[in-house]
Amino acid sequence: MSALASIRDLTVTYRRDGNAVAALRNISLDIVAGERLAIIGESGSGKSTLALAIAGLLPASSAVAGRIEWSGLGRPPLLGRDIGFVFQDPSASLDPVMTIGKQIAEVARTHLGLTWSQAYAKAKTLLERVRLPDPDSALHAFPHQLSGGQKQRVAIAAAIAAGPKLLIADEATSALDTIVQAEIVALIRRLVAEDGMTLLFISHDIALAAELAERIAVFRHGQLVELGATAQIVDAPTQAYTRTLLDAHIGLDAAPLLNRAGLPA
Amino acid sequence: MSPLRRFLRTPEAVAGAILLAALIAMALIAPLLFPGDPQAIAGPALLPPFQDWSLPLGTDRLGRDVLAELFHGARTSLAVGLAAAAAALAIGAVVGTLAGFAGGLVDEVLMRITDAFQTVPSFLLALAFVSVVGPSLGIVVAAIALGTWTGPARVARAEVLSIRERDYVASARAIGMHPLEIAFREVLPNALPPVLAMSSVIVAAAILTEAALSFLGLGDPNRVTWGGMIAEGRAVLRTAPFLSIVPGIALVLTVLGVYLAGEGIVETTAVRRSLS
Amino acid sequence: MTRALILLRRRLVGSVFVLLIVVIGTFLLLEAAPGDAVDAYIVSTGGDAGMIEMLRHRWGLDQSELTRLANYLWALLHLDLGQSVTFSRPIRDVILERLPNTLLLMVSATALSFGLGSALGIYAGARPGSARDRFLSIGSLALYAVPGFWLGLVLIVVFAVDLRWLPIGGIETLASDKTGLDRAADIAIHLILPVAALGFIYLALYLRMMRAGMAEAWRQDFVLAAHARGLSRRRVVLAHVARNALLPLVTMLGLQSAQMLGGSVVIESVFSVPGLGRLAQEAVASRDTPLLLGIILTSAVLVVVINLLVDIAYAFLDPRVGAGEAGA
Repeated sequence: MSALASIRDLTVTYRRDGNAVAALRNISLDIVAGERLAIIGESGSGKSTLALAIAGLLPASSAVAGRIEWSGLGRPPLLGRDIGFVFQDPSASLDPVMTIGKQIAEVARTHLGLTWSQAYAKAKTLLERVRLPDPDSALHAFPHQLSGGQKQRVAIAAAIAAGPKLLIADEATSALDTIVQAEIVALIRRLVAEDGMTLLFISHDIALAAELAERIAVFRHGQLVELGATAQIVDAPTQAYTRTLLDAHIGLDAAPLLNRAGLPA
Repeated sequence: MSPLRRFLRTPEAVAGAILLAALIAMALIAPLLFPGDPQAIAGPALLPPFQDWSLPLGTDRLGRDVLAELFHGARTSLAVGLAAAAAALAIGAVVGTLAGFAGGLVDEVLMRITDAFQTVPSFLLALAFVSVVGPSLGIVVAAIALGTWTGPARVARAEVLSIRERDYVASARAIGMHPLEIAFREVLPNALPPVLAMSSVIVAAAILTEAALSFLGLGDPNRVTWGGMIAEGRAVLRTAPFLSIVPGIALVLTVLGVYLAGEGIVETTAVRRSLS
Repeated sequence: MTRALILLRRRLVGSVFVLLIVVIGTFLLLEAAPGDAVDAYIVSTGGDAGMIEMLRHRWGLDQSELTRLANYLWALLHLDLGQSVTFSRPIRDVILERLPNTLLLMVSATALSFGLGSALGIYAGARPGSARDRFLSIGSLALYAVPGFWLGLVLIVVFAVDLRWLPIGGIETLASDKTGLDRAADIAIHLILPVAALGFIYLALYLRMMRAGMAEAWRQDFVLAAHARGLSRRRVVLAHVARNALLPLVTMLGLQSAQMLGGSVVIESVFSVPGLGRLAQEAVASRDTPLLLGIILTSAVLVVVINLLVDIAYAFLDPRVGAGEAGA
């Protein structure tokens, strides 16, 4: 089991109004190639910061210490080519005045050197893969004509257009309705398996993560609290905080909903 | 950091404030530094600047002191700019509040009227108004206000539309306050900030419009105006271009000062609002 | 296409109503003038009381206000704007003669200000806070503060008087009998300075708007997403940020048309261009009230038409417009 990326002593500090806010403190963990790793935490835990740091999307005003080694790549990763990023709000991640077909095609064109017609053909294929109804007319549709779940499928299509090795989903389901959430989780799971991608799944919902991930990392206040296999984290957590997070999910959990969606619970 | 200190830290705002202060100083000390009628003959005609130190900027076609005219012109520009802007803001705030608060037919009618005023080019309207009633300072102010009140009206209306749904308006209604009283005592004061944020733009536009009207000969003939000076200098553009150029520079610096200082005030107070 | 038509129909109805208010309002305003066209005419040509009464009767100025308003509105429906006292010709003819020159001036100036302004705005907004951004920001503000007529005079002094590169005024060389391409070139040369004067003032506006629009667009999440997809900076700036920032500028085009018509009055005056603006000044000078009324009405119609065209263009550019009604 080789590591795709090794994070060592990563510290990220934001500067806000002259004050320094530490979002991540001395984080060290490995991302194993081909695994599905979930990063769990509440607001302010630093989980999104970790995702942005790995992708290289941190704002210019942030200070970064420590390092990320990409032994699985052998070189620094190229955004879009090696890493696909899916954002939380699908309405905000798509350009409102450009057709969704073009937004996917331009990614393919940039990284794969395709002509526009080739890129559009690839975009159509991707729309079929993400199960968007009527891909032909969808190519010429605009974001506002789609539902939230459909928009997120488009965002995912654009993220994997260039065939990246790592897919980062930053709270990709948090803005969606519960049933749609389950569908998108299933979609991500299938795509990752089909393309052999490594998945980094950021969420505040530990139950959702437990359904998807092989390993879970728990974050709190910018620090890594616990890291382990899903079964171990869920059944026998070693940290009190992890136990608190799990206990907060008594009653309504994802299992019955996933069952109804026809997915393994 | 208090707004004042934030203002002082912005170089553009400080530059604007300095320019504005210079303008106000010019306007205020004009009658002291240059007593008497600035339109009186002071020396030989078309004296170039920097030759006679009692007439530092020379004289115009009729022998009037250019520097004295410049200082007295500042009074006109400042007076018209401030008065026209105040009138435009006042009219706009009232109309916008009425339209936004009353809604329904009143809103429709007032908005159509606003549309009509916005459809006619404001300068043409001012032109027509001044030519109809006659050029005097008050009329010029009114003419400019007629063309610029629509902007504040729309902004005020938009603000009022969002304010009138708020709780303190509902409670005022509940205790039986008369709608007009609610509109003008509760709603209008809270709708004012974004309207006032437009004031620097309106003052600047008013100063430029007054200059254009004076240039075309529609300004107050009894007063010295920078626009009038530029028009006068046009006749001797080949031989004495400085007569037209100097008042223009004064106009540019004035408008620039108004704009920079005004924007500076808006920025610093707006930041404070969002922080609190 | 239906989206545009629905918008058009609704706006058309509203516009007619607005124009009606303009006509009535301006008519009443001009009625308030002490003395009328006849008085002005008499002052220059002289005449006795009998002549005054005869002229008043001939030009219908002795009837009541309401009658005259009704007559005027009726004539308008036949596209008859009345007779000009100054020129002794139908006002419609005089206006139609002068209108093309003003339109030429305005379209060219708008192309200059919008085109160059947006381009510079994109250039500045591509790197917010950079040296070129600050320079263009201050520079455009200074330009914004310049009076159009003064800029015109400065341009004349520099280019026409000192350098003698360009003509001082007029729209073409008088009595030159040029035709076709020669004439077009002649007119173009005469228009360079007036277009520059009119255009540079509004250039500042579009520059600042584009700059602000870019700054706003940069903050949108889809820009981060585009960056996350690995698109080149150039593509992000042009295809995404600028394209989104363009929308409010297109709206501004419509709003600015009214201002530019007003600005053309002084510019045409400075450069002696025989257009609508200059005609307005002449009408004011000779107290030719019907002519002034006709000019104001024509300007208002022009502004309405331009705004309608701009709205249609905007509907094409922004796919979100009218989505609710046309059932996209």
